[in-house]
Amino acid sequence: MSNVNVYQQRPADIAGQSPLHHAGLHELVGKGRKNAGITLREKKLRGHLVIRGDAKDAGFSGGVHKALGLELPVALTLVADGDTSLQWLGPDEWLLIVPGGSEFEVERKLRTALDGQHFSVVNVSGGQTLLELSGPKVRELLMKSSSYDVHPSNFPVGKAVGTVFAKSQLVIRHTGEETWELVIRRSFSDYFWLWLQDASAEYGLAVEA
Amino acid sequence: MLHIFCPYCGELRSEEEFHAKGQAHIARPLDPDACSDAEWGEYMFFRDNPRGIHHELWVHAAGCRKYFNVTRHTVTYEILETYKVGEKPSVTAAAATDKQAVAEGVTA
Repeated sequence: MSNVNVYQQRPADIAGQSPLHHAGLHELVGKGRKNAGITLREKKLRGHLVIRGDAKDAGFSGGVHKALGLELPVALTLVADGDTSLQWLGPDEWLLIVPGGSEFEVERKLRTALDGQHFSVVNVSGGQTLLELSGPKVRELLMKSSSYDVHPSNFPVGKAVGTVFAKSQLVIRHTGEETWELVIRRSFSDYFWLWLQDASAEYGLAVEA
Repeated sequence: MLHIFCPYCGELRSEEEFHAKGQAHIARPLDPDACSDAEWGEYMFFRDNPRGIHHELWVHAAGCRKYFNVTRHTVTYEILETYKVGEKPSVTAAAATDKQAVAEGVTA
């Protein structure tokens, strides 16, 4: 076993706060326009792990598969199994999102499966959050906000890209026909929340818990 | 607005996702302690400023966050190729001169 210290970073006796805690999203549930074109849901307090290693090394890719049951995705794609998703971030970097509370166990499982190899696993759960946007107008909102081409011919379901968005940067993931996810940085969450409210005003925004 | 091909993402992306990081292919001296001040200064501060083809280091800052090389024409701003770090450029000033010489019917 390596001598890396792995901590349970989520205290059992303190309730966590999402980066959008101050926005009071739970109070806005059901207050949006009827037939809103965009529905926003924060998938808060998930476990986010960044995995790095050499995908060409069968030991590494096999170890990740053994620990997660997911194959390492190729460039600009995302694989998911229920609430667990594994996304390509770069040629040697992947983002693993697991249900909140299970990240400690998953990290230990990864470290066991990859023991002795050249790799890194970092828990970045506190640094970012996941927003899910769904509805018929989400694509139009994305078109207004990003220079990246979000037409289905260029951005099919299962694709995930890091790109510029508003005046900042985030990751856009296409998870369903009319469902998209944004991985946003904690420190930009308020900015993106304000931006999304403004950009979706013309379509109507509903918030789901 | 330029569209730049990221060799790691494998697709064209908008220029605003990238940052230029200066001249490419600058090798760090293997033994810095053995360098003279002139050699170290050369490595540290002195850069080419060609009129024509230039090899530059760029980073896909908003995407995969990887560094890669760009061969760019400094007069026309045309990007002639992009290639991964560690690879050799296929478009070079020397090759371009040869091609021009052939086109003009000059033989060595």
